[in-house]
Amino acid sequence: MSKIYYSPTHEYIKVDGNVGYIGITDYAQHQLGNVVYVDMPEVDDEVVAGEDFGAIESVKAASDLISPVSGTVVEVNEALVDEPGLINKDSMENWIIKVEMSDASELDSLLDEGAYKELCH
Amino acid sequence: MEENKRTCLYDKHVALGAQVSPFGGFDMPIQYKGIVEEHNAVRNACGVFDVSHMGEVIVKGEDAEKYVNHIFTNDVRGAENGKCFYGMMLNLEGGVVDDLLVYKRDDKNFFLVINASNIDKDLAWIRGNVDGFDVEIVDLSDQLGELAIQGPNSEKVMTEVLGLPVADLGFYTFKELDVDGEDIIVSRTGYTGEDGFEIYASHGLTNKFWDELLASGDVEPCGLGCRDTLRFEVGLPLYGDELADDISPIEAGLGIFVKMDKPEFIGKDAVARLKADGVKRKLVGLELKDRAIPRHGYEVLNQNDEVVGHVTTGYHAISVDKSIAMALVDVDYSSLDTPLKVRIRRKTFPAIVVKKKFYKKSYKN
Repeated sequence: MSKIYYSPTHEYIKVDGNVGYIGITDYAQHQLGNVVYVDMPEVDDEVVAGEDFGAIESVKAASDLISPVSGTVVEVNEALVDEPGLINKDSMENWIIKVEMSDASELDSLLDEGAYKELCH
Repeated sequence: MEENKRTCLYDKHVALGAQVSPFGGFDMPIQYKGIVEEHNAVRNACGVFDVSHMGEVIVKGEDAEKYVNHIFTNDVRGAENGKCFYGMMLNLEGGVVDDLLVYKRDDKNFFLVINASNIDKDLAWIRGNVDGFDVEIVDLSDQLGELAIQGPNSEKVMTEVLGLPVADLGFYTFKELDVDGEDIIVSRTGYTGEDGFEIYASHGLTNKFWDELLASGDVEPCGLGCRDTLRFEVGLPLYGDELADDISPIEAGLGIFVKMDKPEFIGKDAVARLKADGVKRKLVGLELKDRAIPRHGYEVLNQNDEVVGHVTTGYHAISVDKSIAMALVDVDYSSLDTPLKVRIRRKTFPAIVVKKKFYKKSYKN
């Protein structure tokens, strides 16, 4: 069964075994407004917990995407290339990258749903 | 840190759920429902902007016309009362102190509309150059609100919702009207590339007009977010992006508003020198093939990856669905179709030089 963790910078990671699907939260997509471009890494790129792996752009501005965990990109969500607005439709379903985690213990420092909701209040 | 100012409509923006951010020393609404929806409302119907952050200054007195012509690049000599002019105030080096609108009320009374971010600087400049001129300078910035009603339906909204008789106003003209015993100024001007009007009135009347516009259901409240995307698409400059103290209006492609046949104005000698020597850089349009978005300050590179300029404004533009930018580049790279690159984070993206008017204006004559 998958579990969802959240970062204070409004990314989520849906964990399934050793693999995590990383995207931005519904709160984040709402704050950004219309997403018009997602700058994604490539498959086999390394990502590091706490460092940016790309950017998401609304009409108004670009925001860094911060990886909640370290690991290797095994898939990027190609659908977002032509239709970045999918993130506004359902950001939890439309993940951005799929990562093979190198250190699952990093998940311990992330927030659960309750703690994340507190943060957004 | 100094507190930001608020316009007379601030509480109403908050009540509407606007995203509020600092702009030009004010806490301003950036968007309500969303930039795209608001942008399209102005292109297709009608939107209202609270632009009460803008500054208003009156120049009056025996030498008012002569003084305005001394500090302003456009030529107001002999104009009819009720005419609006766009132009700049230049410093001695020919850079832009501010770009502004000048309204001629009569030979001895001119109404100047200046950018919020420059109010203090402009007032110091306007007051600092009056030696030898019989003029009085009155700052009305804190007393007046300003609304911009913009879009193809704006004439209908002005006449039917607000009851203001403005159908006879031509583009870049204004009239003064009495509303509830108060004098207001209404001009057929704007910053969106669409037909539209701007109203200068007391805080009380500004609130009344705002409420009537929103209650009509025919007018979308619009934030500064879409004000920027709208003006950008039709190639209008924003002070701080395309214009600055060290950017000449000639470099910015605004020479048409600098009347070199006037006997004199501050900055004329510098502009004449620049024209004689030739400009070193020029404001151009850029179009990217990719969806990546060139933002203000990003580097522009030539084919050898040397920096030849920077982006002044860029968007994935809403009405044309392309990633486009205005950029100030070395004049050698400013001809149409020149291939360039824009550095966006870790990568560079190919771009070509195009015309700055990305979207066609629809003004009423």
